[in-house]
Amino acid sequence: MSKPRVAIFDFACCEGCQLQIVNLEEDILKLIDVVDVVEWREAMSEQSHEYDIAIIEGSITREEDAKRLEVIRSRAKILIALGACATIGGVNKIKNNFDSNEVRECVYGEDGQMPHLNTYNTKAIDEVVEVDFKIHGCPIEGSEFAQVIRSLLVGKAPFVPDYPVCVECKARETICRYEYNEICLGPITRAGCNAPCPTAGWRCFGCRGLVDNPNVDAAKEVMDTYGLTVDDLKQKMVLFNTK
Amino acid sequence: MTKDININVHHITRVEGHGNIVVNIKDGTIEKCEWQVPEAPRFFEAMVRGRRYDDIQTIVSRICGICSISHSLVATKAVEDALGLEVTEQTDLVRHLMHYSEQLQSHTLHVGYLAAPDLFGEKSVVPLVPKATEIVLKIVKAHRVANQMSAVLAGRITHPITLTPGGMTKVPTEQELRDLKATLEDCVPDLVDICKAVLSVAGNLPAFDRDTEYVSLKQTNPLYKRTLTEYSFYHGDITSTDCNGDGDMPVNKWESVANEYVVPQSTAKWCKWHRDSYFAGAIARYKNQREFLSPLAKEVEKMFGMTVDNVNPYMNNVCQLIEAAHVVEASLEIIDKLLTKGTKFEKVNVTPKAGRGYAAIEAPRGILFHAYEFDKNGECTWGNCCIPTNQNHANIQKDFEKLVPQFMGEGEDALRQKMEMLVRAYDPCISCSTHMLNVEFVK
Repeated sequence: MSKPRVAIFDFACCEGCQLQIVNLEEDILKLIDVVDVVEWREAMSEQSHEYDIAIIEGSITREEDAKRLEVIRSRAKILIALGACATIGGVNKIKNNFDSNEVRECVYGEDGQMPHLNTYNTKAIDEVVEVDFKIHGCPIEGSEFAQVIRSLLVGKAPFVPDYPVCVECKARETICRYEYNEICLGPITRAGCNAPCPTAGWRCFGCRGLVDNPNVDAAKEVMDTYGLTVDDLKQKMVLFNTK
Repeated sequence: MTKDININVHHITRVEGHGNIVVNIKDGTIEKCEWQVPEAPRFFEAMVRGRRYDDIQTIVSRICGICSISHSLVATKAVEDALGLEVTEQTDLVRHLMHYSEQLQSHTLHVGYLAAPDLFGEKSVVPLVPKATEIVLKIVKAHRVANQMSAVLAGRITHPITLTPGGMTKVPTEQELRDLKATLEDCVPDLVDICKAVLSVAGNLPAFDRDTEYVSLKQTNPLYKRTLTEYSFYHGDITSTDCNGDGDMPVNKWESVANEYVVPQSTAKWCKWHRDSYFAGAIARYKNQREFLSPLAKEVEKMFGMTVDNVNPYMNNVCQLIEAAHVVEASLEIIDKLLTKGTKFEKVNVTPKAGRGYAAIEAPRGILFHAYEFDKNGECTWGNCCIPTNQNHANIQKDFEKLVPQFMGEGEDALRQKMEMLVRAYDPCISCSTHMLNVEFVK
């Protein structure tokens, strides 16, 4: 059986999720043994229009990028959205809270009206084309990336956790951020990262997006217990979970 | 006679972000020679508005995945300047270590994975795996060591989660520091071998000289006098090779160094200080701070015959190797200092206040400027970032203008290769460039 051909493409993002693939370090050598990486602009000069799996990093903010993405979709058998910018729009969506003309002027002043600065509201990849699998996180977890690729190679659906980050915090015996009088997005955010932020003394920022059916009643109960409101929680969702 | 040459490199590979190279030569006359940046703008300076002072570093970290630690650190410093916050010596030392981990990671990635394939005549590191397995494994190891260091100090490899204005949310334990020390010491022989391997193909670096201005930080913090950290990536004033020992600029005047300007014929925003363009990056730091290099770094310098008079931009790759050696020794020195005193968690108390703050630090690819303003509730009202790659765009263009006439006689392929290698030598991080350059889409 020939090795599946993989191509990696980037759109509006920091390219930090591709970097997590590089950060697999010695394991990446095993990965390139079992798949044939045919295009990966950040790491290789080789290019190809023939691939089985397309991995897409970044958000879509311009018509020309949407068109490029559609071409990639038409060529790929399987399309994977890689990282928060691709799966939920990520921090790029913060700009959707502002008027787009005003945003351009704020950053570029009088040059803001130049045509190449014309962007529309940030879109996640599945708002433009059909996405087969999502690897969440800002950045992604390298081990999760490896797990997804392994699963696809053996023809089974990758495992994506559908329980909240709180589960992982409890397993790590991390003290709840609410005990420090802080608002944390752990109760509604999809797990799979092993809760590094609360462990490092920060709240969960919600970079993996919401679980499929967030337990809103439980979240409200947590808010009540600590004298907080749902609005306080929504304020914290701006960073990664703007619509 | 030179034949017609048409180079159109759309989205140059093995760099962070998207850039194009366009050259048109007709009957031996250069009609067009441009470095272009079509990266999708992301508007970070607009997005930080309305966010709380302690969320800024989390947002702007996402400007760049490769230098997320630098962006988080400089933002944290700018917020601290705005809010009038002082940090403890322990915080300062731990942040330095975190920053060194990124320099080592980024320099190893850039020289080893992105630039070296050109020197070995390959399109990427992948074909090098079977051809030069041993050295590739050493590069991978050095990269892994740097990342392990980031994980201990920043909470994870990319997008740090231990920083907060005024201090740290988590500090490394003494055991973690001792382990880190052993890991770094173990990595030294590998680094030397990597330098030797690059040296063996360094003859493939093009012979090209162009004098320019070199801008970097210069240490002023008394805490680091007569230490390896006197070679500054983090504190100090802004200096350049044109300052000649005076006229250094304090960081709160960085807007007067960057002087972003529009070129009449192209509306491109470039940066200039004393000349039409300047170079930010490892070679600039090296030229301005060479005397403070560590012993191992000076060995690497000698190995490559590098001197402060060298004005070959391709030598920026070599300066990154010199710095990789330097940061390992500088890190070991800081670890020893931290271990002498022991580490403890320090609680941070911040009262928001209105104000504007400025900061500059050295990202792996050059000096990086951020500034923010906050209202009395600590909500951000204004932000401004100026990224090293932006500062280098004009210098890349000026290099192109000298390089193309010099090498066009070698034909299209050789010229294209040299131009791509030149862009890579600057280690550009184009996603970072929040301000766009002249963009003319080429068919």
